[in-house]
Amino acid sequence: MGETTRRLMQGNEAIVEAALVAGCRFFAGYPITPSTEIAELLAARLPQAGGRFIQMEDEIASMGAAIGASLTGTKSMTATSGPGFSLKQENLGFASLTEVPVVVVNVQRMGPSTGMPTAPSQGDIMQARWGTHGDHPVVAMAPASVGETYEATIKAFNISEALRVPVVILLDEVIGHMREGVEIPRAEDIQLLERKGPSTGPADHLPYADDGTGVPEMAPFGTGYRYHVTGLFHDETGFPDMSNATADTLMRRIMGKMERHRDVYEWTETTDTEDAEVLLVTYGSPAQAARSAIRRARREGMKVGEFRVVTVWPFPEERLRQLAGGVREIIVPEMNLGQLRLEVERVVAGRARVSGINRTDGDIFKPDEIYAGIREVYGGER
Amino acid sequence: MSSKELSAETPVRIDRSLCKACGICIAFCPKQVLEADEGAIAVVAHPEECIRCRMCELRCPDFAVTVRGDRGG
Amino acid sequence: MNDKLKAYFRTDHLPHIWCPGCGNGIVTAAIVRAIDDLGWSKDDTVFVSGIGCSSRAPGYLDFNTLHTTHGRALVFATGVKVARPDLNVIVITGDGDASAIGGNHLIHAARRNIDITTICFNNNIYGMTGGQYSPLSPTDSFASTAPYGNADRTFDLCRLVEAAGASYVARGTTYHVTPLTNMIRRGLEKKGFSFVEAMTACPVYFGRRNKLPTGVDLLNWQRDNAVPVSRAAKMEPEELAGKIVIGTFLDVEMPEYTETYERLLKEHAADRSGE
Ligand SMILES: Cc1ncc(C[n+]2csc(CCOP(=O)(O)OP(=O)(O)O)c2C)c(N)n1
Ligand code: SF4
Ligand code: SF4
Ligand code: SF4
Repeated sequence: MGETTRRLMQGNEAIVEAALVAGCRFFAGYPITPSTEIAELLAARLPQAGGRFIQMEDEIASMGAAIGASLTGTKSMTATSGPGFSLKQENLGFASLTEVPVVVVNVQRMGPSTGMPTAPSQGDIMQARWGTHGDHPVVAMAPASVGETYEATIKAFNISEALRVPVVILLDEVIGHMREGVEIPRAEDIQLLERKGPSTGPADHLPYADDGTGVPEMAPFGTGYRYHVTGLFHDETGFPDMSNATADTLMRRIMGKMERHRDVYEWTETTDTEDAEVLLVTYGSPAQAARSAIRRARREGMKVGEFRVVTVWPFPEERLRQLAGGVREIIVPEMNLGQLRLEVERVVAGRARVSGINRTDGDIFKPDEIYAGIREVYGGER
Repeated sequence: MSSKELSAETPVRIDRSLCKACGICIAFCPKQVLEADEGAIAVVAHPEECIRCRMCELRCPDFAVTVRGDRGG
Repeated sequence: MNDKLKAYFRTDHLPHIWCPGCGNGIVTAAIVRAIDDLGWSKDDTVFVSGIGCSSRAPGYLDFNTLHTTHGRALVFATGVKVARPDLNVIVITGDGDASAIGGNHLIHAARRNIDITTICFNNNIYGMTGGQYSPLSPTDSFASTAPYGNADRTFDLCRLVEAAGASYVARGTTYHVTPLTNMIRRGLEKKGFSFVEAMTACPVYFGRRNKLPTGVDLLNWQRDNAVPVSRAAKMEPEELAGKIVIGTFLDVEMPEYTETYERLLKEHAADRSGE
């Protein structure tokens, strides 16, 4: 305690260390490259912190077990990669609807299918938003470095607990396995958010009532609050109700709580945007190459700025809209064939031209490639 | 019949609001204590025959039957 | 309603959604009686179910209740049990829920011998979705997806669970409701994975298509075809075709998962702390 310490660690390790600091005390997982280190490390570390680890029979099971544990009031996490993330989707939707806090790590690899297991990718960005069926609330974060992964993990638990929403951390193979020095904050500087407990006794507790915040109070199982949790649509008592009015109220509340509490999860960074003519919208590990490319372009007199999104979903629409008004060209570098670009195009809605720089060969961006992309856009009109 | 149903001595009580008229209690009562009314709801027709074996209560899928007391206490 | 039962039900949610003559209520009441016999506290007991008609049972029970996704009740229950080993955890599942989509979870929960009691409501059919055949539908029986009869071989789920490593395995019927209640009580008491297959009736879908259209018909069918396990042991496979073997198949003491985990942590985790 007391001192900030600096530690060299991998992205996957940063997830583990930060999860423990955030209060994670349950992990269920199934081995898959490139996320496996998270399970291996937590198998050793969780019991030392009074937590419990279990290796389940598959990712569907891991997701379900994490939700079950969370219902007992235990902060819970699971981790996987593409194929496993696909398997988790149904139960992830269960967590969205029943509003059970849970953190899901997806260390992305090249897909679809088994793809290239050890190659980095950002191919799951849309799946993280719309992977399960139905409209549903979910948060997804894509940190750009190991240090930021540490920070994002703590924040992921905070968001999940505060808003009762599943939070997906999207790493990619590069960050998962990259070693970087991480500044570990002092314990007293770390702010932790906890789920809101019941304000009444069991007799008066309405497990899904809106207290005005859109986020219901949550009582742990086994503490005298005997209530019902179901993946069917339910009213404020928690019991199934198939009326159109209840469905409407429920869906608008769980989607609306996300809109209302943007301050809890929104996380973006703007650099050099004041005079920018060209704006890069970045997320995840390509942001590192983008940063060098922008610096070089700036040195050469090109007015390039960066809008980096860490919390990708819900997308920071308003902020991008403001920025888009002042630039003529937006470039989205991605390790996929243009997924987030679709969202950027939707939000920008013609205010600026939007293009992508895309890699889908399993290799990472080099600053030169992004620089070349910037040049091309610049040169095109000059 | 309905007066018997409500009388203190009636060993078996059918909760008409729960009964779904499946006939299980009637079919398996060893003493033919129970009968169906016009709506197939179970009624206690011959309470005096009841041996309080409780099979009607245990097999009622709708928790509609209560047998008072026990054979063996 | 019997006052003893009433204490465990969310009576304001009754009558339940099940059809007239459906056996699900009989099994549900048997579970409650077994819990009452043991004096378990409602606060310390968690019911977890999957999806299906039978999986709606926990909604009527005044406990901590969790109605999950199709086939997955056991994995949620595992999370609850590992996080809070002091809680009693009971899983309610249908035959399709447990054996088809959830079959792998059933194997692994039994293999771990985790202290969860699973009650499988076996009505030989997919009730909720309207009568398609399940892995527990008898060969030759009819279903909406088996209009010419079911070509699949039927599954003996009790043998599967026994082989997978459970501590207690039994099969009862809603006709033989008192022995069924006793099996459930024994299963609840058992430290380790226990599995009770409760033969129950779906008159609406299984019954109607198989010339047993009422709850009464299906109870008679259970009565007429049930063979106690002791007698079955002396019978030839041909004689047992179409029979329902009832009784206790397995009742043993074996190391339970959460206890084994605790023991291992005591033995090995201490020397690794501070790493
Ligand atoms: C992933 C998924 N697949 C299919 C379904 C549709 N479904 C709901 S219940 C059910 C089968 C139920 O049968 P069983 O488990 O035997 O229970 P019962 O209704 O007979 O009690 C199916 C296939 C679903 N809800 N989820
Ligand atoms: S068994 Fe129950 S539901 Fe069926 S007829 Fe008798 S009282 Fe009514
Ligand atoms: S207790 Fe037995 S004898 Fe009496 S009505 Fe019920 S089934 Fe018949
Ligand atoms: S469909 Fe079958 S299993 Fe479902 S409630 Fe009706 S009788 Fe019971």
